Amino acid sequence: MTLHEVLSTVDGTVICGESYLDRVVKLGFASDLMSDVLTLLDDNLLLITGLANIQSIRTAEMADINQILYVRNKLPTKDMITLANEQGITLMATPCSMFKASALLYQAGLQPVY
Amino acid sequence: METKLELTAGNFSNAGYASSRIKQILKQLNIPPEIIKRVVVALYEAEVNVVAHSYGGYVGCSISSEGISIRVADEGPGIPDLELAMTEGYSTASQEVREMGFGAGMGLPNIRNNVDSLSINTRKDAPTEIDMFISFCQGQEDA
Repeated sequence: MTLHEVLSTVDGTVICGESYLDRVVKLGFASDLMSDVLTLLDDNLLLITGLANIQSIRTAEMADINQILYVRNKLPTKDMITLANEQGITLMATPCSMFKASALLYQAGLQPVY
Repeated sequence: METKLELTAGNFSNAGYASSRIKQILKQLNIPPEIIKRVVVALYEAEVNVVAHSYGGYVGCSISSEGISIRVADEGPGIPDLELAMTEGYSTASQEVREMGFGAGMGLPNIRNNVDSLSINTRKDAPTEIDMFISFCQGQEDA
C-alpha cells in the first residue's frame, strides 16, 4: 500500500516527507525497542512506534527504513524533523494506539515481518 | 581510508552521528546496501553502548578494498562479565537508556550477528575495546 493509503487507514497526518507519499510499503513492524528494529533484514517497511525521540529516526536511517508512523499522536521534535528531512524519511502520526494502528493496517493488507 | 570520530558519554541526541557519517562514506564508495546495513547496525549498537555505559570514547574505521575494520573504544568502566553481557536479554542499562529504545540486552548480540569477526577486550574498571571486521565480499558472512 502507498503511504497515502497508510494515512487514510489510520486517520493519520503527515509531518514531513510529503513528497514521498506515493512510496509503496509491503511490510509493517511495530516496536518501541530499537534494537529489535535493528535485527530486521527487510528494508522499506513501515515502522510503527510510540518512541518519538531522535533514536527512532537514527534507527530508521541505519535500518534503511524510509517511513515511520508515530502512534497516539506522539509528535516529533524540530531536531527529529530536520534529521528525517536530511535522510528522506517520511514521518506520520496517528491518534490510534499501536495495537489499533497495527490491526487496521494489517486488515488493509500490510504484511507482518514475522 | 582512515576515519576517527569522538563519542561523548551521555549525549543521546548525538548517538548515531558516527554511524551516519560512516554510512555516507560507504555509500559514496558504492558498497552494496546490504553490507552497509550490517556495518552501520553493528556500529550504531556499539556507539549507543559507548554513549550509554561509558565515560566516553571514539570510533576508528579503516576501509580497504577487502572490507572495513572498526575499533570502538572507550575509557571505561569496562564490562565485568563479558559472557553474561553477550547473552541476549541481559542488560545493565539505566531507565534513561531504555527510554531511548535500547537497553534490552540486544546490543552486543546484534553486533556479533552483523560482523565477520569480533574481538572484545574488556575487564572491570578498565577501558573496553571492540574490534570488528566486515568483508565487502558478498557471502563472507556465511563463511
